[in-house]
Order: sequence, then structure tokens, then C-alpha cells
Amino acid sequence: MSEKEIDEVTGVATTGHEWDGIKELDNPMPRWWLYTFYATIIFGIGYLIYYPAVPLTENATPGLSGQTNRGDLKIELAKVKEGKAAIEEKIATLDFFDIRKDENLMRYSVAGGQSLYKVFCTQCHGTGAQGAPGFPNLNDDDWIWGGDIESIYTTIKHGVRNDEDDETRFSEMPNFGSGILGNADIEAVTHYVASLSNSDHEVKLAQNGQEIFIENCAACHGDDGLGGRDLGAPNLADSLWLYGGSLPEISSQIAQPKHGVMPAWGERLGEAKIKQLSLYIHGLGGGERDLED
Amino acid sequence: MHLKNGVIMSFGAATIMLASGAFLAFFAAALASEPLFSAHMGILCLVLLTGTILTIRYTDYGDKRHAGLHKALFKDTKDGYMDDVVRFGTIATLFWGIVGFLVGVIIAAQLAWPFFNIEPYLNFGRLRPVHTSAVIFAFGGNALLCTSFYVVQRTCRTRLWGGNLAWFVFWGYQLFIVMAATGYLLGVTQSKEYAEPEWYVDLWLTIVWVAYLAVFMGTLMKRKEPHIYVANWFYLAFIVTVALLHVVNNLSVPVSLLGTKSYSLFAGVQDALTQWWYGHNAVGFFLTAGFLGMMYYFVPKQANRPVFSYRLSIIHFWALIFLYIWAGPHHLHYTALPDWAQNLGMVFSIILWMPSWGGMINGLMTLSGAWDKLRTDPIIRMFVLALAFYGMSTFEGPMMSIKSVNSLSHYTDWTIGHVHSGALGWVGMITFGAIYYMVPKLWNRERLYSIRLINWHVWLATLGIVIYAAVLWVAGITQGLMWREYDDQGFLVNSFIDSVSAIHPEYVMRTFGGLLYLLGSFVMAYNIIQTIRGKLRKEDPIGGTAPSMVPAE
Repeated sequence: MSEKEIDEVTGVATTGHEWDGIKELDNPMPRWWLYTFYATIIFGIGYLIYYPAVPLTENATPGLSGQTNRGDLKIELAKVKEGKAAIEEKIATLDFFDIRKDENLMRYSVAGGQSLYKVFCTQCHGTGAQGAPGFPNLNDDDWIWGGDIESIYTTIKHGVRNDEDDETRFSEMPNFGSGILGNADIEAVTHYVASLSNSDHEVKLAQNGQEIFIENCAACHGDDGLGGRDLGAPNLADSLWLYGGSLPEISSQIAQPKHGVMPAWGERLGEAKIKQLSLYIHGLGGGERDLED
Repeated sequence: MHLKNGVIMSFGAATIMLASGAFLAFFAAALASEPLFSAHMGILCLVLLTGTILTIRYTDYGDKRHAGLHKALFKDTKDGYMDDVVRFGTIATLFWGIVGFLVGVIIAAQLAWPFFNIEPYLNFGRLRPVHTSAVIFAFGGNALLCTSFYVVQRTCRTRLWGGNLAWFVFWGYQLFIVMAATGYLLGVTQSKEYAEPEWYVDLWLTIVWVAYLAVFMGTLMKRKEPHIYVANWFYLAFIVTVALLHVVNNLSVPVSLLGTKSYSLFAGVQDALTQWWYGHNAVGFFLTAGFLGMMYYFVPKQANRPVFSYRLSIIHFWALIFLYIWAGPHHLHYTALPDWAQNLGMVFSIILWMPSWGGMINGLMTLSGAWDKLRTDPIIRMFVLALAFYGMSTFEGPMMSIKSVNSLSHYTDWTIGHVHSGALGWVGMITFGAIYYMVPKLWNRERLYSIRLINWHVWLATLGIVIYAAVLWVAGITQGLMWREYDDQGFLVNSFIDSVSAIHPEYVMRTFGGLLYLLGSFVMAYNIIQTIRGKLRKEDPIGGTAPSMVPAE
């Protein structure tokens, strides 16, 4: 404890306390600091009167405004919904043929489809719909379940191998590695499959594989390996591969096939949005002609 | 430890405690109900065994084998203060600081280039809590431990209370850090941000923390000064509140006493609110109040000036600790948290602005009459920058708590930038300054090895922070704007991944900013090691004055 003294530099008195040589000046609180502090308190009180703030036994005080986050959201969503209601209703009820005839409807659908795609589809199919190993590219014309607008619509609506949708797209290739074919046969048929798209293969092995292919694979993939969309059997004669086109990758897909799944979006997104998505995907470049065109 | 002629003779009690701990950990590992617990207890056993061996190995059996080492580390300063534990704490602060900054740079690189994720132990998800805990609890915690022990003895003019209890606090805390960090890498986590350690590590920290409180309170109670200095109010508020926060947020029921997993006592939004009541006050009491305590001692000491205003210190202290505790809900704006709680959280955060600034004003204004030292004393530069970053982030914080601002900033990298201008700028710089101040006194050196190297550290760190904070403002606002962008037909324009690729350049630059900060800490480590070794660099003084920056005692 030291005596109160006057600090030479500032001319202000000290408080008379001292710890390890540290003294304190007896300056008042800066006025601007104090008044700003008061101002924030007054603002705070005002805010708490205007907005919900004080918890009571059942509820909180609603405040003069009665504003709530959920209330705001409800109003905003209702407004958006109302603005879009007419056009969405039209899209939901018209068929694709009629939607396409209406330029406005079509522009709206493709824009909406693109936005939906960004939220729900990019995670697997990529930002440019370019796909990824195990997830099909949607820009090309290699369609497993069909590339006309109705087929795309069905795939999006009901998904692929989806447990919760009775009308889901479903195909399941057998595990040829678990007792159906021996290792030598699998190797032979692997080379045959590679030969269909002129990939690297051994001619001798491929020749041996042809017969095995006809007996075991052609039922779904066709004698020429062009696949069958009714059965969801991919085309093996092109150079586009879902699970990779190298010999080990083909062999693995024969021995222990992977089976991708896709959500059924029908219930979640509703008719109008499924149609928008279908039109957007169909328009990416790989869309095929409709039957009625 | 028994002191004899100022030299440690044996670590008897420590060896027995460590060995029995290792024994128990061995059994826990053997009886574990799941492999993770077994692995974690195995690590604990190894750590404690290492401790046992070291204490036996370095005991001085009277033949003075380790006299040199003991003299360097286990010696009170001339005033009879217990400073050996402060010396250990200073080294631990430096060590954990570098670990924390290094892991920070690594995870920043992982965000910029996902290639650096090494599954499973070294991926972002596991390294991120290692970074946050290393910086906040290991670096910040050790800084608070050692400076609080340093400050409380000097401002109370008395030795630490409790004898070797202070050693238990120090080593117990290091054990907590090691158990927490190894747990994260193994995948042991209760997934509460900044409170990731599981129940058994939490229990250990509780014991250590109560011991810390006892040492600090005990020392305050036997003080030889009539009043308690303001630095100690802040340190005490930090210790008491962190105890409360830690215990309440970690209330949980273990699935098995021999397993890692536990379930929180709270559920749903109550759990979220408890977590952010904890999380925000970890910022408020650990990273703000504690470091204000540091500021209130080291700034006036280094500037050799009286504290600007006693009245301001009282008012802003009480206002700060009363208001901070309410501000947590601003972390949960626009969530399932009821509106009233969000609004209260926002209002208290805004009222908190001036009480936070009170500390900055008192710190900066203490320099009035000593501003010329900015030219010659890089430690003062360090302190001024720390206070400036403190003022900046305690303005930014209340601003971000405003709901309409938060709707843009929340979940974006703006928040990360905000935290780092506080952590790197305020917490880091004030700690560096304090260490530069303490080390020559603790090791009884004339001055630091080099004053010019401090200047390098100041500018490397400042440049690092400025880059880091600025690019994350840009990144955060970019993300916020992209997420809410609608086209004229009312459709969302961007997918989430669009916003990720958009900020890749910022992620690269933030890694660079972090790297500069890390380099600064290497410069510091070199300077401190040389000082401890008793070296003095021949150099011209900064600004043409005498090189001695040590204020008159």
C-alpha cells in the first residue's frame, strides 16, 4: 500500500494501491464509453419489449411485434408458394407433350429442374451431371433404364433398388463368383466383355469366353452385349462404364457385382418438381426422342 | 519434492502416484469392454510409465548427477516465489503453441487440398479438435496456468499455497491434454465442440481444476497485500466459471465404466443450448477473462505505467462477467431454440460490447505517457497489437450476434475468421508478450537473447493474422451470399459444392497466413531457447536507444 500521489505524466491522482510496483490512476470512466454502454442497454430493453424475450411458465412474452422465426418462414413460404401455385399446378397436370409446347412453362421447368438438380442430385451425379464411378453420367446417351422423357421421369420418381418404393427400378446381377462360375471362366468372360468394346483383351481368352457369355449373360445383356433397358442391363459394347472398364474392374463386377441405389423422389418432391427435373435432365444432351414425337 | 539446499533430492510421492496410476491403467486396458477404451488406457499406461521412469531417472541421489538440470529448472527466484512450475509452464506453453499452430496449418491445407487427409487417424475430422484443443486448452491453458501462478505470487507478495499441489496441477493438466488429443486421433469423442473429451478424461480434468482453484484461492487468502489486484479478479473469475461450465456441460452417463462412450444428460435443443452456453463462455472466461488478467499485469509492468482507471476496471469486470454468461444462445440463431432465448442471447451480446472494450481502453490508455516505447520496444508492440485485435474481435462478435447479420454469417468461414482474429491476435499476442517479459526474469538473464527477433515475430504474426482474417471475411461473405442467391424466377442459383469451389483460393491463402504465424512462433522458440541457454545476441538496439527493455523493478 502506497500513499495517494499525483502521476507526473498525466497529472492524475493514483488510488493509493500498489502491487509489485503497479499503481492505478483514479481516472473516471471515459464518458463516450459509459454513454455507449447506456445506449446499448436502452437498445436492449427496447428490443426485449418489441420482440419475444421473457420466458414464462407456458410461453414467452410475445413482444409488441409478435415476430417469430417460424412465423416469418411460414409467411415467406406461403408467399412463394402462392406465386408459383398456378404454374406448378399446370406442370403437374399437363403431360410432357403439352408442357413443351408452352414456351413459358418450358423455360420455368428447365430453370426449376436445374435448381432442384443442384440441391438434390449433385452429391452423386456431380455439378455438371458428369457422374462419378458408380453414379451414371447424365449427359451421354448411355441409359440403363431408358433415356426418353417418360423413362427418366419414372426413374426419378421411383428411384433405383429403393426398398421403400414398390415401383422402383430393380435389377440384380447374380454373384457369378460365388459358385456359379469358376475363376478361369470369369477370366475368360471378362476378356470377352472387354473385346465387345475393343478394349485391351487377349483374343484367345475372349474366344473361350464367348460361349460362357451366351450361356450366362446374354439373357439380360443380349447376345451382342448391347444390354436391355427393360431389365436394366447395361450396354457392354460401348466404352462407357459405370464401375470401370479395366479388366480387373470388369472381372470384379462379374464375380461380385455392385448394385447402386437411388432415392425415390416422387413423394418428397411431388409431381410438378419431378417433371421439372425430368425435363432438365432430358435436355442435358443425352435425352432420347419420345415415342409420340 | 523435497527441497534441500535449494536442490531437489527426490520425487518420491510423484513416483508412487505415477506408478500406481500406470498399474490401474494397465488393468483398465486389460478389462476394457471395448477395444477403443483398451487402446486409450494402454496409452495412459505408457504415458504414466514414462513419467515413473523419468522421475526415478532424474532423482538426485545425493551424488549431484543431475544438479545442473535441477538448478536450471527447480529453483525458486530470489524472492522465494515458487517459480519452477512457472518455468515448466512457460516451456509447455511454447511447445503446445507450436503443436497447435502446426496442426492448424495442416488442417487448413487439408481443406484446400483434400489429398492431405490421411484416413482414418489423420483426417480433418479427427485433427480439427486436436488443433482447437491444442491451441485453446494446451497453449492457452498453459499460458494461463503459468502466468496466473507468476502474477498471483507477485501481486500477493506470497509463495503459492499448497506446496507440491501446483506441480500436481501442472502435470495433471498435461496428462489431460495428452489423453484428450490421443483420444481424438483414436476417434474417442462426445462430439461437443471444445468439449470433445469423453467422461473419464472430463473427470480427471475436474480433479485437476479443483486443485488449481485451491492453489489460486489459497494463495489469494494468504496474501500480504491489503487488496486483491484486478488481474487476480479476472484469473479467479476464469478459474471458477470454467469449473462450472466444464462440469455442467459434461454431465453424462457412461455406458460402461470400462468403456469410452457416454450419453449426455441433456437432449435435443436443451443439449445444444447447454453446449453453447459452455462454448461461448469458454471464449468469454477462458480466452477473454483469463487473458485480461494477463493483460492487467504484463502491460503496466512492461510499459512501467500505472493502470489507466481503477473505476473502469471495476465496472467493466463486473459487467463482463455478468453479461457474458447470457450470450451463448447467439450461436443458435434460427434453429429450434425458442425465439425468446435467441433474442435474449443477441441483446446480451450487444450490451457486452462496451464491457469488453473496457479492457482494451484500460490496456491502451495505460500506455499514455509511454507511447514512445512503441518505437523501441517490440514487446509493447506485441501488447498493442493484441489489444487492437481484442478490440476488433469484441466489436465483430456483438455485430455477428445481430440476427440479420448472423443469417448471412452463420455456418460460413466468417465465423472461423472471427475466432482466429481473437485467438491469433488477442490470445496469441498477449501470451507471446507475457512470455517475452517473464523469461529473462524466470531464468535470471540480463535480457532476452535478441530484441530484434521479437520484432520479426511481431510482423510475421501480424501479417499472418491479417491475411487469415481478411481472406476468411471474403470467403465467408461469398459463401453466405451464394447460399441465399435466388434467380428472378425464385429458384436457388448455387449448389453447396459451388460455394466450396468458389472459395478455394481463399482456402489456399488462409493456409499461407497460418504458415506465417507458425513461422513467427519458430522465431520465438529460438529466441527463448537461446535466452534460457544464457546467450546474448550482439545487435544494434531498435530505434537507437539502449537495448535493455527490462523495466526497472
